[in-house]
Amino acid sequence: MLCRNREKSHPEERRRRVAKDGPLAAVLALFLLMSPAFAVEPDEMLADPALEARAEALEKELRCVVCQSESLAESNAPLAKDMRRILREQIKAGASDEKAVAFLVDRYGDYVLLRPRFEGKTLLLWTFPLLAVVLGGLGAAFYLRAQRGGTAPAPLDEAEEARLKKILNERA
Amino acid sequence: MKRLVLLAPLALFVAIGLAFAVGLTRDPSRIPSTLIDRPLPEFDLPPIQGFDKGLASADLKGEVALINVFGSWCVSCLLEHPVLLALSKENAVPIYGVNWKDEPGAGAAWLARHGNPYQRIGDDSAGRVVIDLGVTGAPETFVIDREGRVRYKQVGPITREVWEKKLRPMIEELRG
Repeated sequence: MLCRNREKSHPEERRRRVAKDGPLAAVLALFLLMSPAFAVEPDEMLADPALEARAEALEKELRCVVCQSESLAESNAPLAKDMRRILREQIKAGASDEKAVAFLVDRYGDYVLLRPRFEGKTLLLWTFPLLAVVLGGLGAAFYLRAQRGGTAPAPLDEAEEARLKKILNERA
Repeated sequence: MKRLVLLAPLALFVAIGLAFAVGLTRDPSRIPSTLIDRPLPEFDLPPIQGFDKGLASADLKGEVALINVFGSWCVSCLLEHPVLLALSKENAVPIYGVNWKDEPGAGAAWLARHGNPYQRIGDDSAGRVVIDLGVTGAPETFVIDREGRVRYKQVGPITREVWEKKLRPMIEELRG
């Protein structure tokens, strides 16, 4: 036993472990620093940094209609590049954030918004998680209340006690 | 009462399952067109290299027509091309082409090789007009009525079946 402990904390052994796990740990740490790559190229960007910042913020909220799980900011599709350019043209021409987004929504529909609007037809979509938690909680409350209200089994009388003792003794 | 409460989660699960099952039959990549029943957005495209007639939205008024978005790079466009050629030979319906995102000369070369079913062709190498039309890929075809309104968008190639079952009846109806 003593020998085993000594082996584990031996400096040679420790060095070997770091050499083996070190690179893996480093790679895993780097994963934490990963962020999605943005597809905006330098020749697309607006000269005015404030306008460019607005454009980039809006792009993250718009869907690429070709690669439909990607945002306009992330997608490499040529159509996405054109849509980004048009978005920037709108902003450069002085459109507000709302108007620039409305330009694309007018042509592609609500689907182009990554975050659905909060309105009548999306009410169920937005509130369903909360509803599910509330309903689940109510269901759980009912169930627990029923459990606690259950009666304990009736206590044994003397004859049954004696039988129980006999069975237990036999088993032991 | 206790029974009902216990069955509720199962019932809810089945209901949600049914909703998802119905949802799975729909194709989310087919975005419904926002242009249906709206006037065709105005545009004025120059001719592609090698041709002298471009395509403007004003060219279409007064007749039921098809606007077909295509590109020489588009493989599915080749699938529907024989159908479009046949339609143009039969004079079934005028077809106008929007050449999307092609290098100068590429569209003309493709048409020279495979045939030209279009009355007029507009050069949208900048890709701006197709965004006004809400196009997400090629080929896409718009049915335009006499008043210049968009009545239907066909996403994907026009096969013989699509023509017989969907487009021909629609065009006949629009013609009155």
